[in-house]
Amino acid sequence: MDIHEYQAKQLLAEYGVKIAAGGLAYSPEDAVQRAREIGGHVWVVKAQIHSGARGKAGGIKVCKTHDEVSDAAEALLGKKLVTHQTGPAGKQCLRLYIEAGTDIAKEIYFSLLIDRAHERIVMVGSAQGGMEIEELAENNPDAIKKIYIEPAVGLQDFQAREMAFALGLHPDLVPQAVKLIQGCYRAMRELDANMVEINPLVITGHDELIALDAKMGFDDNALFRRQKISELRDKTQEDPREMAAADRGLSYVGLDGDIGCMINGAGLAMATMDMIKLAGGEPANFLDVGGGASAERTEKAFRMVLQDKNVKAMLVNIFAGINRCDWIAEGVVQAVRKIDMKVPLIVRLSGTNVEEGRKIIHDSGLPIITADTLAEAAEKAVQARNEVVAKAQG
Amino acid sequence: MAIFIDKDTRIIVQGFTGKIGTFHAQEMIDYGSNVVGGITPGKGGQMHLDRPVFNTVKEAVEQAGAEASIVFVPPAYAADSIMEAAEAGIKYCVSITDGIPTQDMMKVKIFLSKFPKEKRMVLTGPNCAGTISPGKSMLGIMPGHIYMPGNVGIVGRSGTLGYEAADQMKALGIGVSTSVGIGGDPINGSSHRDILEKFEQDPETKVVVMIGEIGGPQEVEAGIFAKEHMTKPVVAYIAGLTAPKGRRMGHAGAIISSVGESAAEKVEMLKELGVIIAPTPAAMGETVAKVLAKL
Repeated sequence: MDIHEYQAKQLLAEYGVKIAAGGLAYSPEDAVQRAREIGGHVWVVKAQIHSGARGKAGGIKVCKTHDEVSDAAEALLGKKLVTHQTGPAGKQCLRLYIEAGTDIAKEIYFSLLIDRAHERIVMVGSAQGGMEIEELAENNPDAIKKIYIEPAVGLQDFQAREMAFALGLHPDLVPQAVKLIQGCYRAMRELDANMVEINPLVITGHDELIALDAKMGFDDNALFRRQKISELRDKTQEDPREMAAADRGLSYVGLDGDIGCMINGAGLAMATMDMIKLAGGEPANFLDVGGGASAERTEKAFRMVLQDKNVKAMLVNIFAGINRCDWIAEGVVQAVRKIDMKVPLIVRLSGTNVEEGRKIIHDSGLPIITADTLAEAAEKAVQARNEVVAKAQG
Repeated sequence: MAIFIDKDTRIIVQGFTGKIGTFHAQEMIDYGSNVVGGITPGKGGQMHLDRPVFNTVKEAVEQAGAEASIVFVPPAYAADSIMEAAEAGIKYCVSITDGIPTQDMMKVKIFLSKFPKEKRMVLTGPNCAGTISPGKSMLGIMPGHIYMPGNVGIVGRSGTLGYEAADQMKALGIGVSTSVGIGGDPINGSSHRDILEKFEQDPETKVVVMIGEIGGPQEVEAGIFAKEHMTKPVVAYIAGLTAPKGRRMGHAGAIISSVGESAAEKVEMLKELGVIIAPTPAAMGETVAKVLAKL
């Protein structure tokens, strides 16, 4: 789960990370009020969306008067910002963070991540801040310093110092850096974050280290024990279809193609989508219905897939392990009878009680196209989709 | 013995008396697995499925000679149960539980690494379908009947895609020595590489099928191992050709977050390492058949 910049900053501030004065605004009036409270002569109006690279998308505006703050807020609120992380649909900005302008002497990159290869937290830093780390990794990999942290003993001060020196900090700033790094690490461990990124971390003209931007991501599997973090969820930043699916215990990812999919198991789902692509089609979605695909669950999954108006054919691929093909076939038949399906349906069943399952589909009299193998299922789905498109074009 | 389990391997079930534990313990018993009891703290001394219930894994090891365990404990307590098994002297543990926090798994891995290698429990999973040596023993939740005994080893992150592979092979008359699910989480007990190492040492395995997916560096690490240390051919399929970057595809670990983690990149790297690629998920069986024919 991702959270907003302002939320990450508030959390990190509790762990001793220094941030600039700032406040949240939902309207231009709010924004001006926050600017007044903050004081000073320069403010930054920052769009709060779940994405990096907001600056390039016009989501961050530096203002020198209250009128400029108001205008910037007016322009950003309600606007959809498109970055390379949001995809072409973009993300809508409904909250602003108004922050005091910071006198920047130098920008640094700092993050903590879970490294899958080493199975531990890795601290990543670079004296070249502001740039995205992927860019940096590609252009100047030697400029990146990585330090791995032993989970049983945790981050030691000497490691934080090593990072601080690698970042080129003046010795006078090192104690501040150690405190900041330790704070980020404690936040990561105590809140079950899987990522803390401060980019840029800046040295101000007054020799202070300030988190100018902050990003945190959390382990969904640990939210059950992090009530406070769960409450930070902003559903406006997430795909409504994926949210609705998650509420129904289904795992759904919307894509750009037009062949709807319902499959049991994440790996088989990905493989079936691959097969669709190899057969010349494009999947409209990833959907894992999980192990116990009951009739009720099957119907919900059908509705989920078919609410995407791009869908021109639907493919069901179930490998029945613990559950049985005859139960699944019953569920499919019931769902098709209940829902007024306007697109062709291709069903491939495999595994336990497959003959009984196929018989139920066949005897239903419904216009369901059946397939015995994965390859056949994908080919038939693409063919059915092509026929629908050809018919529509007359 | 195939790898990890055999007909005589003495198995216990952690989370024995719960609904899921009960169901799958019965399935394993029906398959012929040597289930000698189970653990449910507080219910020690009772009988369940005609087998003794113990309060602790230690008691099960001492009193029933338990060697292998399967964990059905809910995610919040699963890491604790795995560590208990390791401490009690269990040799092989499968964790079925889906949804264990990543930092809990970090803790488990560091805990396991503190044991000297000869005393260290092997963990596979979490979030997997388990391990089966067809005709001998099943320590998992898979449909046992789709696996035919034979000499091809399977290692995979996904449950149902592994079933698909076994099913395609069975249709061609090809059997399985052992099938091991390593699970779809970002941090696994054992990696593809670890399992390849076991198959390389196993006299009953002639060819290995590795079923990978997007996310993480594991498949390529396994490919490097295969090139440097294996005499047996490895066939691989990597799922997720159509997965967009940065989106999690069901499994917690199935997300492309950096360079080299997409299916296309992994396939390229594996090819260079001499791994035989099944061009489509529908061709896993026939690719294995071709490799076997050349042996």
